[in-house]
Amino acid sequence: MSILTDPPKESFRLSMLIYDTRFRSATIQVVALIGFLILGGWLISNTAQNLVELGKEPSFGFLNEPAGYDINQRLLEYDNQNTHLRAALIGLLNTLLVAVMGCVTASVLGVVIGVLRLSPNWLISRIMTVYVEMFRNVPVLLWIVFINAIMIETMPAPRDFRGETPEATMKLMDTVAITNRGVYVPEPLFTNSLGDVHLFGNSSLRFDVSLDLLALLLVLGASLFASAKIRSNADKTQEATGVRPTTWHIRTAVVVLPSVLLLMFLGLHWGYPALKGFNFQGGTYMRNSLIALWLALSLYTAAFIAEIVRGGILAISKGQTEAASALGMRSNRIMNLVILPQALRIIIPPMISQFLNLTKNSSLAIAVGYMDLTGTLMGITMNQTGRELETVLLGMLVYLTISLIISGVMNLYNKRVKLVER
Amino acid sequence: MSDISFVRKDMLPPKEPPASEVGVLGWLKVNLFSTWLNSLLSVVALAFVSMVIYKLLSWALVPTWHAKSLSECREIFAALGKDGHNSAACWGVIRDRWPQLLFGFYPNGAEEGVSDQRWRPVLDLLLLGVAMAPVLFSEKVPRKLIYFTYVYPFIMPWLLWGGPIWTPICIAAGFVIAYVVYRVLGNIFGSLVGLVAAVATALVWWLFLSGPIASGLASILPIGLEPVASRQFGGMMLSITIGVVAIACSLPLGILLALGRQSDLLIVKSLCVGFIEFIRGVPLITLLFVASTLLNIFMPPGTNFDIIMRVIIMATLFASAYMAEVIRGGLAALPKGQYEGADSLGLDYWQAQRLIIMPQALKISIPGIVSTFIGLFKDTTLVSVIGLLDPLGLTNAIRADAAWNGVVWELYGFIAFMFFVCCFSMSRYSMYLERKLQTGHR
Repeated sequence: MSILTDPPKESFRLSMLIYDTRFRSATIQVVALIGFLILGGWLISNTAQNLVELGKEPSFGFLNEPAGYDINQRLLEYDNQNTHLRAALIGLLNTLLVAVMGCVTASVLGVVIGVLRLSPNWLISRIMTVYVEMFRNVPVLLWIVFINAIMIETMPAPRDFRGETPEATMKLMDTVAITNRGVYVPEPLFTNSLGDVHLFGNSSLRFDVSLDLLALLLVLGASLFASAKIRSNADKTQEATGVRPTTWHIRTAVVVLPSVLLLMFLGLHWGYPALKGFNFQGGTYMRNSLIALWLALSLYTAAFIAEIVRGGILAISKGQTEAASALGMRSNRIMNLVILPQALRIIIPPMISQFLNLTKNSSLAIAVGYMDLTGTLMGITMNQTGRELETVLLGMLVYLTISLIISGVMNLYNKRVKLVER
Repeated sequence: MSDISFVRKDMLPPKEPPASEVGVLGWLKVNLFSTWLNSLLSVVALAFVSMVIYKLLSWALVPTWHAKSLSECREIFAALGKDGHNSAACWGVIRDRWPQLLFGFYPNGAEEGVSDQRWRPVLDLLLLGVAMAPVLFSEKVPRKLIYFTYVYPFIMPWLLWGGPIWTPICIAAGFVIAYVVYRVLGNIFGSLVGLVAAVATALVWWLFLSGPIASGLASILPIGLEPVASRQFGGMMLSITIGVVAIACSLPLGILLALGRQSDLLIVKSLCVGFIEFIRGVPLITLLFVASTLLNIFMPPGTNFDIIMRVIIMATLFASAYMAEVIRGGLAALPKGQYEGADSLGLDYWQAQRLIIMPQALKISIPGIVSTFIGLFKDTTLVSVIGLLDPLGLTNAIRADAAWNGVVWELYGFIAFMFFVCCFSMSRYSMYLERKLQTGHR
């Protein structure tokens, strides 16, 4: 008869911290943490010491001082007596403006170019290849300054529009004026306007929201929802009976009619730019720098999106198309029901990260003098107040927040469309 | 009448396919005019392309190569009957300023007392080619050349910035000393003690000993190159310097970050994730602001290190975060069996990474790595915003000259061309590398 005994307990030795896998990971982590804390402490103590020597104790009080500089492209009212904080807010809105405009244009352009690159037409696909290589291999900053130069150097001056036989004329039936100072487009005006809501009272973050716009968005959202409802009902009918009711005219009416009625009720008319004095008046004014930044970012990002779209479509194996046509589907249904749902799963995540890149690249606005967040907070405000640490940290924080929101959206999407694997 | 037959007895020779199906015509029909829509598109595209080419050529093909100033160019335009300032190219500015666009204000012999030093960046670039050959085209060059690659990082900064030869030699000596210490102590006390001792000795050497020894040697044997200040750097040379150094440093850093992010050590992992997400969440330009205004504040009082060095540090950190994500993708794409196989062979973590995981993961991520490289190289133009004279920053300096005030398109075109050549060849090389390393069957 034998008795099994536990193996003798090893007493703990210091060397086990390194050579025993049970403890090694803890050791490594503790060493890493200590190293990180030492590094962080060293940097912070250096910074504190330096700032005291320079006489610049960190404080964000400067944000409430008058900014003293003008911002000529803005979405909210602002003058140079407003605070630095409000200037930063104007800059942030400008960043978001160019980012949203850029993302929309870049996606449209990118999808078109990506599909055309796969065109069976040799010439078209070659032209698109040249486009993609041209934009991908040249720095975006160069494109921004280049397009800015095109706007300034080759567009007519406002005075060229004057006289009996002007050298330049307005485009699109006299509604759009493209000058070397910027582009003037018609602005929507309402006779029975609902007015604005003033948010945040009189603080630096005061914010006017147009009720007209809000009402329009509400109506549009409601009609889109109704339209989606009609479609899902049609899907149900089709599944129950096999016959798909024709719904496109009802759905178009549901989407278009309420908005049109609302616009008529509000009394929509357009304010056109007109030459008065030395410059154009009226209409919405987009400065050269905004146009240059917007076009350059869109064209540049479109080249990347085109490659993503092309890759996504190519990644769907040919068997899918063939199987769908064997089922007797027509080519547009094959595209809508078989190829696109699969390709979008591949296309959308990298596309969103291109949107993120576009938003971050919009900080290059500083090169052409567009007053975005970099131009206001990390540009003029930093130079005027000498608060490098605070402004740069604040700016980084804002960009980081925008990025994290965008990547959060992307993660949600990824989770929704993720293939459930065995 | 037996010789009458109703069936042909011999085969007819095969007929040529119709002329519209083969050759140029056939190709045109298939590729350009297959349907009426395609035909329409082709005609429109052809018209567009010919218009663009015609306009470009009529702009570019003008005899302005020897013009001395913009006004001289405009006289030539007027003589040719082209009106308007933008009607033709003024190539004189490129002939006059291309050395500056390539080298910035690097000493060119124009100043008193300093001879033409521009051979140094050129030699550096050639040596860079030699140093990279064993890495890039491993099967076509002799193996021994890899030793030169190890030495190159010490030669490069010395050639660019100049100074006595003893500084790089002493810095290199630190590595040799550390290696010797590691081998000697490692054999006696085990590899960990050896490693710690080696790092400590090297640090002591670099911090306290190498400086005095180098200056002592320099005073005995003054061999060296004319020192060149960082503010004299500029042009394409600056872009390539920042790009190459940041690329070379970001790859190993990125690998470490990716491994950290993949590891199951919680603290290490969260440090890596925090770093990567922070860097990827902010624009490069804000990091360059940190380099130009804040990095000196973070260092001990009195430190004032070189602006190019600061920019390189930030660019490296920036690229390494992106690199880490690319490599993480490669690591995630490896089948789990590879990790388990390495474990079952009894390899430890670093052996497994070095011999099994990394070769495959890096191979998968080549396209991503190269596009990160290209992105970084393109992003070097951003240094013009913080006042360094890269090609884009130099355009303003060139326009400040009264002779060339108003020149735009030629400069931008030339810079775009230089970047295009570099980036395009990098992307072609990545395709070559992918094909070369392709071992699977498709």
